[in-house]
Amino acid sequence: MINLLPLVKNETIKIIKKKRFYVVLLILIVLVPMFTYAQMRSAERTREKFHDDWRLEVQQQITDNENSLSSDRVPDEWKKFRKIFIQQLQYYLDHDVNPNEPNGVTFTREFLDNSIALFIPLLVMAIASDIVSGERTSGTIKMLLTRPVKRWKVLLSKLIALVMYNSLIVVSTVIITYLISGAVFGYKGFTIPVFTGFLIRGSEVDMSAVHAVPQWEYLLMQAGLAWFVSLVVGVLAFMVSVLVRSTAASIVVMMAALIAGSILTNMASAWNSAKYLFMVNLQLTNYLSGTPAPIEGMSLTFSLIVLTVWGAAAIAISFLVFTKRDILN
Amino acid sequence: MAEGSILKSQDDVVLSVEHVKKKIGRKWIIHDVTFDVREGEVFGFLGPNGAGKTTTIRMLVDLIKPTNGVIRVCGYDVNKNQEQALRFVGSIVENPEAYTYLTGWENLEHFARMQRGIDRQRIQEVVDIVRLDQRIHDKVSTYSLGMRQRLGIAQALLGRPKLLILDEPTNGLDPKGIKELRQFIRQLADEGLAVFVSSHLLSEIQLLCDRVAIISKGRVLAVGPVEELVSENAQYVIWDLSPVGEGRSILSRQAGVEVISDAEEVLDDAIIAGMGQEAIVTRMDEEHVASIIRQLVSAGIEVKGVHKINPTLEQLFLKMTEGESID
Repeated sequence: MINLLPLVKNETIKIIKKKRFYVVLLILIVLVPMFTYAQMRSAERTREKFHDDWRLEVQQQITDNENSLSSDRVPDEWKKFRKIFIQQLQYYLDHDVNPNEPNGVTFTREFLDNSIALFIPLLVMAIASDIVSGERTSGTIKMLLTRPVKRWKVLLSKLIALVMYNSLIVVSTVIITYLISGAVFGYKGFTIPVFTGFLIRGSEVDMSAVHAVPQWEYLLMQAGLAWFVSLVVGVLAFMVSVLVRSTAASIVVMMAALIAGSILTNMASAWNSAKYLFMVNLQLTNYLSGTPAPIEGMSLTFSLIVLTVWGAAAIAISFLVFTKRDILN
Repeated sequence: MAEGSILKSQDDVVLSVEHVKKKIGRKWIIHDVTFDVREGEVFGFLGPNGAGKTTTIRMLVDLIKPTNGVIRVCGYDVNKNQEQALRFVGSIVENPEAYTYLTGWENLEHFARMQRGIDRQRIQEVVDIVRLDQRIHDKVSTYSLGMRQRLGIAQALLGRPKLLILDEPTNGLDPKGIKELRQFIRQLADEGLAVFVSSHLLSEIQLLCDRVAIISKGRVLAVGPVEELVSENAQYVIWDLSPVGEGRSILSRQAGVEVISDAEEVLDDAIIAGMGQEAIVTRMDEEHVASIIRQLVSAGIEVKGVHKINPTLEQLFLKMTEGESID
């Protein structure tokens, strides 16, 4: 009997030494400044439009919303949301914070919204797709499986290493994005209130539970969801990596699935059973911000269950195949 | 004495393979393989490419599960009790693989972590045994094939195995490396290790092994001491005589000597390339060589050279499968 810790250590070392994790960091360090620059240009344009007086503009928004509250034609639910919205704007005025001026934290929050379904899972795939097929390509799988260690332990150590690197990638993404964008937009913004608690009932959005949370808390919730999404995608890539021999093939299979997901999200509202596919359930942060789901009947709980089932099935298949299969080459 | 040696051979069986069969898809790759490997011997596994050598070796180390039959290492079933059985096995299957992005030392550390009781000192020991200490902290990607081979052997020896399995170990080595490897394997066997070596070259097995199993088309044709298997079969003698014509006529008149007209049919290309244009190839018993030389000399024929050649693997097979139906 050999315990798992040294095996996990082996896998961790191999991922580091194979420079897989550095590639992920490098991608972040190259791409985030690009996004930051794009955001900076659009912020400049907005500022020109309002002649640099943001207080006037916010005050105007508050007045408009207060006026609409007295109107009978506006439904009560909307009134509640608008009251909250007014509170939010008032908060900005009181604290002398320009809601339209991006800061490091807001940029990170928006970046997570945009990267949860494709970009972060892609980074995790860089590690997951190679973790088993890489050993087969190099032939080292023969050495790994002829040691006195049960096959399921070998695979489990790889899975644990994957979960660890998945966590590391999500944390690195948040930190690198904050640090780089903060250098341009400033490092403030943790306490700015953000609204969440939207419930989706059928095609309606129920706002009775909407409340404000500080932005740091919102960011934490987003990061948690991003972690879960990338973990499930990572586990699926892990399964593909067990099933196919070549790393390239396993990356292509997973990329195709993810891209199919983003296409389906835009056109599948009529095809109801598409909601059981994992790839249309990746945009979890939309449930936080209240953006309606692409297909009717989807909710945060629903998506979490769908992803959990897919992930669990992938793990089961990986272990079944890996422990039974003949290693012929 | 005889009784003692029988008992000894029973006790010392490190690897026992009993009626192993393997079907891949619908095709039977291994029909029936049975043999034992004992402590302190070098056991050869001889067969042409595609005979099922590598498939068998993969079954010995649990990379493939046999369809039928049992493989035991030190009494443990390899396919059911891997953690117990594989503790006693060190192996190189096909090529010596290693993580090329790690150093030799890091590779050994990696595999040391997969087994209990291997410390730094043991790693240093195996590095010294294979004499890799100069380059052990370099990346494996900079190693030559010979060095990778040695790293592979170091890795196989790491867990103090009782059985060492080497699949075509001389592949890609230069003659000096092959000679070193041969001495090294002999030394390991003398220290009590059972060494299992596969090869498609009869000469290699002859130089290296104590006993041999011959495999063809997924079947073991014979198991026994190497000399027995080789000497049971016909030997060839090549004569370099002058003048050739008279020499040939004397040779062909001898009883028990068969002059072979088409040497390419029976001999290795390497041997044919090495012999003179006029050389005469005969199939005969080596006992008669001395008396024939005397006759040739007294008849005034100059004997420039006499070479004894062992049969090739193909001929051994022909001999062994004689009379059997070929499927």
